[in-house]
Amino acid sequence: MKRYSAFAIAREAVRHHTGWDRAWRDAQPKKKYDVIIVGAGGHGLATAFYLGKNFGITNVAILEKGWLGGGNTGRNTTIIRSNYLQDPSAAIYEKSRSLYETMSQDLNYNVMFSPRGVIMLAQTQHEVRGYLRTAHANALQGVKTEFIGPQKVKELVPIINIDGPRYPVLGGLYQARGGTARHDAVAWGYARACSDMGMDVIQRCEVTGVRTEGGKIKGVDTSRGPIDCDKLGGVVAGHSGHLCDMAGFRLPIESVALQALVSEPIKPCMDVVIMANTVHGYMSQSDKGEMVIGGGTDGYNNYTQRGSFHHIEETVRALVETFPMVSRLKMLRQWGGIVDVTGDRSPILSKTPVEGMFINCGWGTGGFKAIPGSGWAMAELMAKGHAPLTDEFSMHRFREGKFIDESVAAGVAH
Amino acid sequence: MLILTCPCCGVTGEETEFHAGGEAHLKRFGPGSSEDQFEEYLFMRENPKGVHFERWRHVNGCGKWFHAARNTVTLEVYGTYAAQTHEPPADLRDKITEKVPGWTWREFQ
Repeated sequence: MKRYSAFAIAREAVRHHTGWDRAWRDAQPKKKYDVIIVGAGGHGLATAFYLGKNFGITNVAILEKGWLGGGNTGRNTTIIRSNYLQDPSAAIYEKSRSLYETMSQDLNYNVMFSPRGVIMLAQTQHEVRGYLRTAHANALQGVKTEFIGPQKVKELVPIINIDGPRYPVLGGLYQARGGTARHDAVAWGYARACSDMGMDVIQRCEVTGVRTEGGKIKGVDTSRGPIDCDKLGGVVAGHSGHLCDMAGFRLPIESVALQALVSEPIKPCMDVVIMANTVHGYMSQSDKGEMVIGGGTDGYNNYTQRGSFHHIEETVRALVETFPMVSRLKMLRQWGGIVDVTGDRSPILSKTPVEGMFINCGWGTGGFKAIPGSGWAMAELMAKGHAPLTDEFSMHRFREGKFIDESVAAGVAH
Repeated sequence: MLILTCPCCGVTGEETEFHAGGEAHLKRFGPGSSEDQFEEYLFMRENPKGVHFERWRHVNGCGKWFHAARNTVTLEVYGTYAAQTHEPPADLRDKITEKVPGWTWREFQ
């Protein structure tokens, strides 16, 4: 792999950009791999990357039915934060956020991580109490957040209307080290690094069956023929239930559509990420100048990657009230992704009833921020059979009643 | 946008008039049931890619609960039927079979 650098740009500039390599090989599937990861989204690629980097396992294939990062990795609103209430969540999300800080250097790929700060607005007394509690919990967890008053919110976000009328801003939970990153670049950077380690990133290769023998994983059937493996990692977000059906067990997951939209590009007007959970909306400004807006999920199961129109209306209505100036903006694009939601709204990183098969899913409406941490933990789980960061996220926690009750943080925006 | 017909009051409306109530025909388990049964009942939801049966409520209308058969991929609504039943009616199942041969949902097909 040729390293990307300022020098490389200068070198290529003088030879008309003829020397750039493909970022990753267009690999053909082999007969057998040590590890197969199903799903080349952020989480799947990160899992493969840390399997190679931390555990030296490089005979790995990452199978993707569509194109790389074309699922939720390319469809989210790119928010990165780790201000969670419960210890297990804070641990994995904070690990993730800290890995984002050095990701561009680690991957030699500019993921444009921008720690611009995230404010979760408190617009009711209940939210004020909830976020004060979270801020205190974060202090104990070593996650730097603070509860700020409405004047400080206004200082950080001059375009906000803090006076209501329906939901005045009473304060906010501020994580200065949260922010955004370029979502496609995260997938591309991991894919490039994985390919460089000798892993096969195989696109347009849909898994059509999971083969087991005596309760042990044997391999998968794909649209490009059967492939054997010793270990299988299922990292397919909204289609996790579908994959586990093939393997013969069930997951406590429901798949729903979550949508986002962007406005026409405007001049820089807001340099933090704002989340308003009471009114169901969140917004940030991309480097291109578009306002990136996310809202709520559909209320019913579906796999359509579209989302209902009335949810856009609700989201935009809420944001117009909080940011009056956006009322004049035209919206450019809208899209949806299929998110996998568990009973307690927390993810599942777990062994499964099939020996040698692991599952990483349930990130629901907030998976992007967790990509590196999730990959780090999942790789350890797959390599060693257990990992401290995944202990609490077993798929069997529902039976045991050991929920990770983050629904407060994850029911809406995430 | 889904278009549903409430079988209680007969009104046909857009999905904003209704509220989705989750999986239909749940078998309820309480004290004395096994852990498997209780976990299934509380958390193991059907999540099919295709034909699905759900509970809906006509919140901005007559307020009554009812059932709907719907496709989670095409968003086609095959039909709605009364809440007071433990299984989808035979004529609705036949209608779905015409459109999606070989469909299954839990023990139904």
